[in-house]
Amino acid sequence: MLSKGLKRKREEEEEQQEEEALAVDTWWLDSDHPAVAPAPPAVASSSLFDLSVLKLHHSLRQSEPDLRHLVLVVNTLRRIQASMVPTAVLPPVPSLPAAPGMADNLLASSDAALSASMASLLEDLSHIEGLSQAPQPLAEEGPQGRPIGGPPPSLGSLDLLDPATGCLLDDGLEGLFEDIDTSMYDSDLWAPASEGLKPGPEGGPGEDAPELKETELDYLMDVLVGTQALERPPGPGR
Amino acid sequence: MLLSLPALHLQTSEYHPLLQLPHGRLGPWCSPTGSPAPLSREPGCGEGSWILVCRLLVPTQVSLLSMEEDIDTRKINNSFLRDHSYATEADIISTVEFNHTGELLATGDKGGRVVIFQREQESKNQVHRRGEYNVYSTFQSHEPEFDYLKSLEIEEKINKIRWLPQQNAAYFLLSTNDKTVKLWKVSERDKRPEGYNLKDEEGRLRDPATITTLRVPVLRPMDLMVEATPRRVFANAHTYHINSISVNSDYETYMSADDLRINLWNFEITNQSFNIVDIKPANMEELTEVITAAEFHPHHCNTFVYSSSKGTIRLCDMRASALCDRHTKFFEEPEDPSNRSFFSEIISSISDVKFSHSGRYIMTRDYLTVKVWDLNMENRPIETYQVHDYLRSKLCSLYENDCIFDKFECVWNGSDSVIMTGSYNNFFRMFDRNTKRDVTLEASRENSKPRAILKPRKVCVGGKRRKDEISVDSLDFSKKILHTAWHPSENIIAVAATNNLYIFQDKVN
Repeated sequence: MLSKGLKRKREEEEEQQEEEALAVDTWWLDSDHPAVAPAPPAVASSSLFDLSVLKLHHSLRQSEPDLRHLVLVVNTLRRIQASMVPTAVLPPVPSLPAAPGMADNLLASSDAALSASMASLLEDLSHIEGLSQAPQPLAEEGPQGRPIGGPPPSLGSLDLLDPATGCLLDDGLEGLFEDIDTSMYDSDLWAPASEGLKPGPEGGPGEDAPELKETELDYLMDVLVGTQALERPPGPGR
Repeated sequence: MLLSLPALHLQTSEYHPLLQLPHGRLGPWCSPTGSPAPLSREPGCGEGSWILVCRLLVPTQVSLLSMEEDIDTRKINNSFLRDHSYATEADIISTVEFNHTGELLATGDKGGRVVIFQREQESKNQVHRRGEYNVYSTFQSHEPEFDYLKSLEIEEKINKIRWLPQQNAAYFLLSTNDKTVKLWKVSERDKRPEGYNLKDEEGRLRDPATITTLRVPVLRPMDLMVEATPRRVFANAHTYHINSISVNSDYETYMSADDLRINLWNFEITNQSFNIVDIKPANMEELTEVITAAEFHPHHCNTFVYSSSKGTIRLCDMRASALCDRHTKFFEEPEDPSNRSFFSEIISSISDVKFSHSGRYIMTRDYLTVKVWDLNMENRPIETYQVHDYLRSKLCSLYENDCIFDKFECVWNGSDSVIMTGSYNNFFRMFDRNTKRDVTLEASRENSKPRAILKPRKVCVGGKRRKDEISVDSLDFSKKILHTAWHPSENIIAVAATNNLYIFQDKVN
């Protein structure tokens, strides 16, 4: 369970980072500790940073997060962040535009306010350092506590970072959802098809989507008409 | 709903459905004197004068049901329990507590059940059996609940049990899960009224027309029955998870603490509680600290302490103001600059705080140490004991696997001379405050032999490993001793290891 060995050479450690998240524990001491060699702290700390972010995500995804765990992870994350960007001034945590249910009652206060505050903290972090994960929209959680899909609105299309490399994406949203199969929604077949559902179709629906093949469209029309036939309520005598 | 189980007269230990007593008879040992003995009378530290009294398995649902079936089925289930290590997650013990006389020992588990053990009474015939604990009562304290408003499931796990001092023949205890505290009354019944006029012997109503004479019902002795009934339910007062409950020395009030608030209750009133501490910030973004434990002073009913995730302890006086947001005393040790790391805050988070029996000291447990504080000195503890300092270089890995968030408890012995706390690999540690000696012992099935004297354990940090030592990398971090208890006046300890409850006794010469 624990990594074997304590102090290792730096080269070994960088290789190990691929397999295990963190190998050498002495790297986590502050830089003014005399025993620490003047190593680039950013290399070691970024994996610790990622680990902490992962923990934060995991904690927030719980239906009722353990507040102590959450607070400790957030505070640790702030410490790591402070050490990674020692010269930059930490931007003040932005005040929430809307804090629903801040009235101190047993029903609403805890979850909405906490989620919103953590979301703002994450947005704050994501502006400073590239997140290695796609940002989770935590401000909007459904009643089951599951995050609703879609990126946070504050990250404009220009600011999107590729999950894998951390570089800015040229094509914005599409790159973010590369691994998600959105062919069903991307297809333009639906737009003209909906017109075909109206009684007495006026013109060829193919006019709206000239690039579509006629065969594909016809097939789709058949499917739709067939479905409609099934849905027609049975008349008397059936 | 509540199972009334016959208590005490559970016969021969070999077929006992609930105990895993060693097969052989336990030989005689010296009964401890009234006053608690020092940790060890033998010369040399850590010679290990602790012996195993018994290892108890918290009964699983299988064995609970079998109590109502006939003997044959029960025997089958017993052998199943004995031969197989059958434990579900619901059986994991989550709290252990002796009552004020030490006669009863209560455990709570993840499945929401409370099991109470009673000490075997001393008798002329079986003097060697004194010190054993047998099942006295078992009941389902809390059930899993669903909060429909928030779509959240509320765990039934018992977080804490606290006994009330005994004031009559019945026993009272408080048990709590994350949201609700319950007051339970545990009472014995050994007589039954017989000879009702309106009911026959089976309890069926009699036709009044058939009644020609009247008789006075009489009480006849019956098999001893122990009943547990919920007397009060204190609900809907905590938004966050309850971590502590503490009975006040006035025996009329108690407090319950969650992550951000502490409430004061009167035992008689369930629909109201007073909020005495509230550290919730107006803006939740500013939340950086939570309450981790709280306890009333053992003698001063106006004084209590609570600890935080930042390693601080606040002592409050309820006479000062209704809302004790401003502390009377603030205990914090300055950070050691040579030990600073990213994990400094996490390992400083206090997981347990306990007043000494005398009320002069408080003991706190953080991840690596146990500290004793004098109430009159706020700037640093008077004693610091290293529980498992060899983990200091492993903090990163322990952060990764979340072990760094484990919450260990700590306990005083009856005379406040020895303190005890748990560790990993089923190890637990005792520190003698007077002699400054300490010992590491293990609660494991391999040591479960009758009268086996526990051998002190040692963890090898580096270099050559001696024969009986265990290296740090071989420690099993899934076997953690989080909950222990010490008898109030004798050297008897209870140690919870997953679903096992070990009871050890000091072998006094």
